[in-house]
Amino acid sequence: MNFDPRFSGRKFASVGTRPIRPDGVDKVTGRARYGADFNMAGQLVGRVLRSPHAHAKILKIDTSKAEKLAGVKAVITAADLPDLTDGDAAMYDVLDNCMARSKALYDGHAVAAVAAVDARTARQALKLIEVDYELLPHVTDVDEAMKHTAPLINDTIFTEGLEEKPVKPSNVTKRSQFGHGDVHQGFGHADFIVERSFKTEQTHQGYIEPHACVANVSSDGTADLWVCTQGHFVYRQHCAQLLGLEASKLRVTSSEIGGGFGGKTHVWAEPVALALSRKAGRPVKLVMTRDEVFRASGPTSATSIDVKIGARKDGTITAAEATLRYSSGPYAGTWAEIGAMTAFACYKLDNVKTVGYEVLVNRPKTAAYRAPSAPMAAFAVESAVDELAKELGMDPVEFRIKNAAQEGTRSSYGPVYGPIGIGPTLEAAKTHPHMKAPLGKNQGRGMACGFWFNFGGQTCVDLNIGMDGSVSLAVGTVDVGGSRASLSLVAAEELGIDYAQLKAVVADTSSLGYNDMTDGSRGTFSSSMATISAARNAIKILRDRAAQMWDIPVDDVIWENGHAIAKGEKYGNLAALSLKEIAAASGKTGGPIAGHSELVADGAGVSFATHICDIEVDPETGAARVIRYTVIQDAGKAVHPTYVEGQYQGGAAQGIGWALNEEYIYGKDGRLQNAGFLDYRIPVCSDLPMIDTQILEIPNPNHPYGVRGVGETSIVPPLAAIANAMSNAAGVRMTHIPMSPPRVLAAIEAEREGRA
Amino acid sequence: MAGVAVSTTINGDHVEYLCQPDETLLDVLRDRLGLTGAKEGCGTGDCGACSIILDDRLVCSCLVLGAEAEGRQVETVEGMAHGEKLHTLQQKFLEHAALQCGICTPGFLIAAKDLLAKNPDPSEEEIRFGLAGNLCRCTGYDKIVRAVQDAANVMKGA
Ligand code: FES
Ligand code: FES
Repeated sequence: MNFDPRFSGRKFASVGTRPIRPDGVDKVTGRARYGADFNMAGQLVGRVLRSPHAHAKILKIDTSKAEKLAGVKAVITAADLPDLTDGDAAMYDVLDNCMARSKALYDGHAVAAVAAVDARTARQALKLIEVDYELLPHVTDVDEAMKHTAPLINDTIFTEGLEEKPVKPSNVTKRSQFGHGDVHQGFGHADFIVERSFKTEQTHQGYIEPHACVANVSSDGTADLWVCTQGHFVYRQHCAQLLGLEASKLRVTSSEIGGGFGGKTHVWAEPVALALSRKAGRPVKLVMTRDEVFRASGPTSATSIDVKIGARKDGTITAAEATLRYSSGPYAGTWAEIGAMTAFACYKLDNVKTVGYEVLVNRPKTAAYRAPSAPMAAFAVESAVDELAKELGMDPVEFRIKNAAQEGTRSSYGPVYGPIGIGPTLEAAKTHPHMKAPLGKNQGRGMACGFWFNFGGQTCVDLNIGMDGSVSLAVGTVDVGGSRASLSLVAAEELGIDYAQLKAVVADTSSLGYNDMTDGSRGTFSSSMATISAARNAIKILRDRAAQMWDIPVDDVIWENGHAIAKGEKYGNLAALSLKEIAAASGKTGGPIAGHSELVADGAGVSFATHICDIEVDPETGAARVIRYTVIQDAGKAVHPTYVEGQYQGGAAQGIGWALNEEYIYGKDGRLQNAGFLDYRIPVCSDLPMIDTQILEIPNPNHPYGVRGVGETSIVPPLAAIANAMSNAAGVRMTHIPMSPPRVLAAIEAEREGRA
Repeated sequence: MAGVAVSTTINGDHVEYLCQPDETLLDVLRDRLGLTGAKEGCGTGDCGACSIILDDRLVCSCLVLGAEAEGRQVETVEGMAHGEKLHTLQQKFLEHAALQCGICTPGFLIAAKDLLAKNPDPSEEEIRFGLAGNLCRCTGYDKIVRAVQDAANVMKGA
């Protein structure tokens, strides 16, 4: 199909308005069904037994007592999930993470599971399973894990990406490198150099809805899975592969999703639920507890990053270099690689080099978390950039403007940029009233920039026109925060009809073609592109039907404002036909009218943001409060501006939590000590101020409406923005995230002592 | 274990059920009565997704036993609208887009209803502290606070 995705600069009627979302009423009345809100007749309760040890060999699992307990219908171990991955190493890791095979690799690693008639019986059964462990030395810290003396987590791993193949195994799975120019020479031209080391702790996406699914495997080889996920098509592929099912016989329905932020892009419990159901011959519902969510799902990487940046007196950066070490849990990842790509993406640099190391640790398998890997890299780089501006005696915004990447700049990770928003967001920050607002005692202001790539990917959409002229839109990306509203606006725009005439749904895997995971801020970008394409295909048919009704050539029919119009004076007496009229006649003109689209959405425009924040620090306790916050970000085109603002605000709030409070705390025994919302404290309403937003629209040339992804970039700048504000408020440069009160107090005291 | 027979009022309707002595009211509502509006985000009283009103008191239903509902008045999100007509708070949450994923929304609506019943004219700070027992990971709370402010204004005038 010759769909032209290029930006066309049209005027909008629907896009850019702010109607109420189509799934709204269900969500405010309690009717919307999330992962745990679905039940099947005869369903069992599934529960998982997890390792209490950070690293241990599993010598034996005795399930016989549990099997004999009345009401227990199935008990499974890794033996019930045989290895069908056929040499696919990444899938093997997924399998091993779902159910430990020979070793438990972290506190919380699944080792067995049961299905029983009720929750109490299932819990009792778990207590009856006997597991013999042989404890192994463990390592949870990213820097410790890199040492030669560290316990090896997987002795078959030899670091990839080194010039010489290593002779000894290591916890470093991979080294990657990006950049161009000659940093050595660049630093030689610098008048000022800032060099610093940073650490960030591991955080969790913290979605309020725990992972939940209902699995039903029939004896005829078909299966159904109801699940909260960011990508039901991908879940189908993975579950089918791990269970040995045919993908087309496994129907996966994506429930309403209670937050994901990247954390619901990986299967954990779903293959286990399917295996339990297969063994028990009954549907099984498996819902994680919050403790399990923290111990066994998510989280993001813990990191350790060194940054060095040099500049001339006039403020031109001459060279920039970073070494980034990211933990990936006990399995290989590409998190440091992504961090290394994003680190300096905001800047125009002649000499730049970044090196990433992926590091195994005895913690849960790292999962994506909103612009994964970028916030930590930005924390390090944007903190160092601020320091450098200080040394140069330059305003931090001016310094960044001077060095900002532009259209035509070769990015630090390779590609050459098209039209981008870093400069405009900085200019907007410079003139924003927030920048000039007075500050009180113990208060300080900071700012920082952020970048995210945005993804596109495989996308499929169906647009069906009913006989009554109403339109249903079936999409395959999951609605994580209002995308059914924005996609309905796009369809309304393209068809020239009213938003209220449309209903958008998320179709299950048996009703629509394959769609990639809803990640990389691609939901609205890629599905809107497919929606436009599907609508244009439907319009072709509508014109054709109108031509038939009028008995004129189709080339003489155009589509305008929801109507077919016969073009030319000779048709002066033909009144325009509405979509509704054409639909009503469709039974006699060739049958149902629909538009389909299958495409790979390329050209997701990169996204940039600048954040400004004011904090107040209590010098007696080290506690910091954000008192004012502004997000300025390029959206390309804001389809539904209210939900775009929501993405900006939500990402900023998550970043604020990460900067000030959130962290995984492990004991010496390698056990997670704060696996609950009481001790892993995410920001609450009284912790935050209003979060102001400014949407810039620099059209993405690769989307008909100019849309870019908007979901992720907002979490990138807050860590550094707050650290920079901290430095201005309390006179301390915090290099360890989160800047929790004890850390800040220690830094303030050290500073006082240093001065005394 | 033998079940406990409970007779209670939920959203104005008389309801009877049998539950286990150690079963939470949240589990009873969700698993026995099909009222899945209240959500379980934590099961430990830390997230507020399971908020309900029990005899004019805002509680986490995950911390209340099903047996404790005997003879009392239970109000859940399912009871907020009157037929087709949404409660002002529900309407304002929609207009302000105070929900993204919406999993926290039932808890926030119930908590906000309780707040406005006790303080019909709250300041922004009072709203923020009044809703501090409810976690939302999506919105950053900005639009939730605005929706409650707007609803309070409308309800005062009514
Ligand atoms: S589920 Fe009751 S407070 Fe979280
Ligand atoms: S809207 Fe998702 S948690 Fe509040």
